[in-house]
Amino acid sequence: MNRIRYSRRTHKQIEYVVKCLLLACALVAVLTTVGIVLSVVFESLHFFAKIPLKDFLFGLKWSPQTAIRADQVGSSGAFGVVPVFTGTLMIALIAMLVSVPIGLMSAIFLAEYASSKVRTVVKPLLEILAGIPTVVYGFFAALTVAPMIRDLGNSLGLEVSSESALVAGLVMGVMIIPFISSITDDVINAVPQALREGSYGLGATRSETIRKVVLPAALPGIASGILLAVSRAVGETMIVVMAAGLSANLTANPLAAVTTVTVQIVTLLVGDQEFDSAKTLAAFALGLLLFIVTLLLNIIALQTVKKYREQYD
Amino acid sequence: MTKSMGSDSSTVIERVERGLSRRYRAEKRFRLIGVGAIILSLFFLVILFGDILIKGLPAFSQTQIKITIFFDPERLPLDKLESADFEALVKSGLRSMFPQVRGRRSKRALYKLVSSGAAYELRKRVLHNHDLIGKTKDLWLIADDELDLLLKGDIARVPGGRFNQQQLDWIEKLERDGNLRQRFNLNFFTSGDSRDPELAGVLGSLSGTVLTLMLTFLLSFPIGIGAAVYLEEFLKKGRFSDFLEVNINNLAAVPSIIFGLLGLGVFINFCGLPRSAPLVGGLVLTLMTLPTIIISSRAAIKAVPPSVREAALGLGASRMQTVFHHVIPLAMPGMLTGAIIGMARALGETAPLLMIGMVAFIVDIPKSFNAAATVLPVQIYLWADSPERAFQARTSAAIIILLFFLILMNASAVYLRRKFERRW
Amino acid sequence: MCTTMKKRLDCNSLNPGAASAVSDEGLNDSNRCQTVGEPLLENPRISCREIDVFYGKKQAINSVSLDIGHNEVIAMIGPSGCGKSTFLRCINRMNDTIDSCRVSGSILLDGQDINRPDLDVVLLRARVGMVFQKPNPFPKSIRENVAYGPKIHGLARNKAELEEIVTTSLQRAGLWDEVKDRLDEPGTGLSGGQQQRLCIARTIAVSPEVILMDEPCSALDPIATAKIEDLITELRDKFTIIIVTHSMQQASRISQRTAYFHLGDLVEVSSTSQLFTNPKHKLTEDYITGRFG
Ligand SMILES: Nc1ncnc2c1ncn2[C@@H]1O[C@H](COP(=O)(O)OP(=O)(O)O)[C@@H](O)[C@H]1O
Ligand SMILES: [Mg+2]
Repeated sequence: MNRIRYSRRTHKQIEYVVKCLLLACALVAVLTTVGIVLSVVFESLHFFAKIPLKDFLFGLKWSPQTAIRADQVGSSGAFGVVPVFTGTLMIALIAMLVSVPIGLMSAIFLAEYASSKVRTVVKPLLEILAGIPTVVYGFFAALTVAPMIRDLGNSLGLEVSSESALVAGLVMGVMIIPFISSITDDVINAVPQALREGSYGLGATRSETIRKVVLPAALPGIASGILLAVSRAVGETMIVVMAAGLSANLTANPLAAVTTVTVQIVTLLVGDQEFDSAKTLAAFALGLLLFIVTLLLNIIALQTVKKYREQYD
Repeated sequence: MTKSMGSDSSTVIERVERGLSRRYRAEKRFRLIGVGAIILSLFFLVILFGDILIKGLPAFSQTQIKITIFFDPERLPLDKLESADFEALVKSGLRSMFPQVRGRRSKRALYKLVSSGAAYELRKRVLHNHDLIGKTKDLWLIADDELDLLLKGDIARVPGGRFNQQQLDWIEKLERDGNLRQRFNLNFFTSGDSRDPELAGVLGSLSGTVLTLMLTFLLSFPIGIGAAVYLEEFLKKGRFSDFLEVNINNLAAVPSIIFGLLGLGVFINFCGLPRSAPLVGGLVLTLMTLPTIIISSRAAIKAVPPSVREAALGLGASRMQTVFHHVIPLAMPGMLTGAIIGMARALGETAPLLMIGMVAFIVDIPKSFNAAATVLPVQIYLWADSPERAFQARTSAAIIILLFFLILMNASAVYLRRKFERRW
Repeated sequence: MCTTMKKRLDCNSLNPGAASAVSDEGLNDSNRCQTVGEPLLENPRISCREIDVFYGKKQAINSVSLDIGHNEVIAMIGPSGCGKSTFLRCINRMNDTIDSCRVSGSILLDGQDINRPDLDVVLLRARVGMVFQKPNPFPKSIRENVAYGPKIHGLARNKAELEEIVTTSLQRAGLWDEVKDRLDEPGTGLSGGQQQRLCIARTIAVSPEVILMDEPCSALDPIATAKIEDLITELRDKFTIIIVTHSMQQASRISQRTAYFHLGDLVEVSSTSQLFTNPKHKLTEDYITGRFG
């Protein structure tokens, strides 16, 4: 009797310890977020002590390697993020222009037109495209697509930089196609069949039903998917590191070289770094910017998709 | 009811009929666009794989030259074997094959046909077997990367480029005499990185990958399961659970490079862990894959029917016992599948590892979690950046190896899912 | 049972076990059930002859022959799963949207076979409209919902005409007074009964000749049901209406003739008053006296 009670008690204690361990596991996720915020914010604060926030956010010139004035202490160059950020947006935009129509139409075709046989073959193939590491895409962009586009441009008499925004954007777009198509697939499958039947029952053709009933009904879900895709494109690193340029040009020409936030982070931090130089710290400030932008995109997207799910549950 | 409508005297049917051909054309167009989109995506896939296969497959073979080597005892003093001039053996072997070659420039051009790896090879053989000294042997030695490219047709056989006329003549003679051959490039799998393309291999980066992923799995799998179990089985719905949920979902969408910044800021700068080490790489990848694993583990736990829990609880098992004895075993295949998919993602991850310095040029094969190492995707990145032509093929070959492992992992995940798919 | 149809099914989701179960239950030709009553008419608007419907291998409708007259309301009753919806959906070829579904037999609408391969389903569905069991307004404004059919078919040549169609359709559906001030609000924001009347308005906006209604009131409360029933009675002089209902009272209130289905067979068709007061077939009698259903 005594022993049972005793073992009961140790049992309770063990359960308590295990429960605490489990809680600790769950808290790792929170700690990670805290770690990200702290590491990025901490170093960024150092950076903003040297470079005013205003100059960073609104400066039009980004050249961290060259000194502006020889007598300047601590800071080594110009840190205006605008050209870097526009470069990022331009590449993301090109990627979206490639991936959204192709991904959307692939998903629509697979969900609404294709036979189940075609579906079972094509869907996994598209998923392969999603599983390919980004460094592979980067290699493909830099060594296959870039020369191709350059030759093509030259034969048309266009001046194409070997590290053009177009190449990086195109290849990134291909990478994002399966992402868009799988989200679209989920979302349009959640549109109730009753809506389709209502439309067919009125004599609408398939494409009319899709364009005028299914897609409008699925729009919030698709929009949030596109936001998530933009956030991926903005945060994507390897493709741009390998295929986009280093120099920050403020340009709207997709054939010119532009740089991105992630490229700058990598170039500023890889190789010999002097700690506490504005150059190194700038990478963290860029990281903070990237984190905030992607976080906002994700939050908006997840919120939209949640509302959308509730609508059809 | 074919009644007329409005001011127009035509019936409804007539009006519908009038629009039909236009509508069917639109229907056809829409369908074609759909087919086009699918074909385009598949086309990209084929081009990508085709390009990499075409570029990479040649790297799996390597050109060798047959050279008659005299292991000259004068050049190989037994007491100083380690530092003996093995290159001289190769050179004299070459000279005896082409006795007519005179002059320093010509000789240097001749020597360039053989890789510097040939001397290492001889050194290895002699150190392994001292009896060789004093003997003469016909040996197949590794050729220079450019000769390799030439034989594979990647460099044109015209004088003036990489090779001059003299060299081309030698190569032709070697071919005529059957002194050149292509063999499976075993070296590619057994050596680490090198500045010479023909000597570079993936073993170093592969072992770096194995060490890093091992650590990642050992940490992220138990932590992921623990967190999932806590969230699903012990946490009451409420503010805190919402907070955790939002946290995990957002973490899953944070760009991977940010995890690299975290690793640099916290593990290296703050905790003082070594740079370039699989230890830090594993930690960073753990944090990165954790959200994925938590999400899929939770799905696996959710799929265990409540009846199982009720049955166990009904038999007097405590909540903890129910979870550990019944729920987790039943959810295990699902959780494992999720973990494998998470590992596959970690396997291809490059950007965060650049941040923590796993991007150095490392010749040695890493043997511990603290050793400087690189991983396969980073190796690909490094080689892709190298100016030598021959590295292009190696890069593609390394990509083929990477994709092979990825496909293996994903296939095993699919297999697991199929095998343990339960219909409750 | 009925909701299975609403889901998207493909061939491999069929359950072969259930298929054999039904065909064993006497759907084969040897003991086929002969329809009693008056299934055939003099001058029908729609005439169906020997309709068989299969879902994959499973037979859902077994050699049904039935005529439907001009401007009549005919009700279809029967236990759930007996094939009422399936039969109804044959008449505007809605079964085409289900991959596994095969229909054979002839259905003549004004003397034209609608199962002809070269027949245009778009045109057919413009002539034979359908209202579903669960109200399914599109997630658009009320106006857009009603204007949807006329727009895709190009029935109106200008805004004013379209507006007129919307107004008259809503008026005929008895919804105008309730929504005339909020035509731009989403149709999904209406109450269930209003939504169903919106769906009816949406259907009559295309000016069909026949309206198929599949249990239009099953998801509605009694007051909304009464409104719809009134509406059906009013619509009778302009349209031919075929209505599936699970309520025998409803059938007796609104229809002139009633057809009783049982396990894919059309058992009996008679004038409504006769069928309910003096059923000729044993199965019909069992059903209306509530012995099963
Ligand atoms: N889409 C479908 N696929 C396979 N079988 C179906 C489908 N729809 C209905 N059925 C089957 O056909 C039979 C008739 O169904 P239904 O016409 O919906 O019956 P009712 O409307 O009279 O309740 C039922 O046995 C049902 O299971
Ligand atoms: Mg039904």
